[in-house]
Amino acid sequence: MKKIFVLFASLMIPMLGSAIDTGQAFDDPALQARYEKIIEEVRCLKCQNQTIKDSNAFLAGDLRREIRRMLTEGKTDAEIFDFLVVRYGEFALYRPRMSGKTLVLWLAPVFLLLIGGIVIVRILRERMSLPLDDQQEPEQS
Amino acid sequence: MKRFLLPIGFFAVLIPLFVVGLGKDPRALPSTYIDKPAPQFDLPQLRDPSQRVSNQSFGGQTVLVNFWATWCGGCRQEHGFLLQLRKNNVIPIYGINWRDDRTKAIAWLEQLEDPYVVSGFDGGNHTGIDWGVYAAPETFLVDGSGTIIYKFLGPINAHIWQQEFEPRIAAANEAAL
Repeated sequence: MKKIFVLFASLMIPMLGSAIDTGQAFDDPALQARYEKIIEEVRCLKCQNQTIKDSNAFLAGDLRREIRRMLTEGKTDAEIFDFLVVRYGEFALYRPRMSGKTLVLWLAPVFLLLIGGIVIVRILRERMSLPLDDQQEPEQS
Repeated sequence: MKRFLLPIGFFAVLIPLFVVGLGKDPRALPSTYIDKPAPQFDLPQLRDPSQRVSNQSFGGQTVLVNFWATWCGGCRQEHGFLLQLRKNNVIPIYGINWRDDRTKAIAWLEQLEDPYVVSGFDGGNHTGIDWGVYAAPETFLVDGSGTIIYKFLGPINAHIWQQEFEPRIAAANEAAL
């Protein structure tokens, strides 16, 4: 029993070492909170399914550095996202902003849900119009 | 029969989309700067840090701007082809040594020959971020007015050169006349 406990406890050790961002925290907790929220929203372009918060690619580190710099310079969140979009495109943001180019992304789920709904309603209607008893034909024996 | 038309039609539209979509490299992002002025940069030169290289260095010519590094395998792959471009005087190539070590980068050029008119040293990845670079090698084609007309991600070879670069360079030179 004790051995199993030790095994599980030691398996959890790697989880302690998961901090990627080794930069120093901001003195101002509000700024730190904004920083953490922003880096969760930005895609690391090098390793495209990670945010720059989760990625240890050098590019993610460099982008975190730029975001820190802009926050200390008093830039707004919108200005920081603009900085990234100008350079890397909407793809850099995990929640791309609604615009002509990204409209399809935002509307496609609604559209698909609508189609699915119509299909279901039609199938149900069709079935409802069938007689309840499905053993109409006399059974042949 | 009619009831199958809708799903089959839907399928027929979807398949070509998938065929095109899956054939693309999802990592190859289009540059946001196509048909826009190249971002301003001003870097110390790689070999001589007391000298600078900037957009003004292009001198109104159509040029290549190639982001490279010694840690980058694709850069090693395309190096021979870049040398060939230089030897045949095809187009001036400006290098940006990106996120690299200065000593190693100079040694690389000494050993493999230098295809660049000059290389800037961007160890801190400032110019790289300004140009939206996220992987090396990346090569930008900048026309005489300083506008980025094309970006290619990955190593260039003769085939890519003929397909992607030559027609664009010809069009740019024609427009400039």
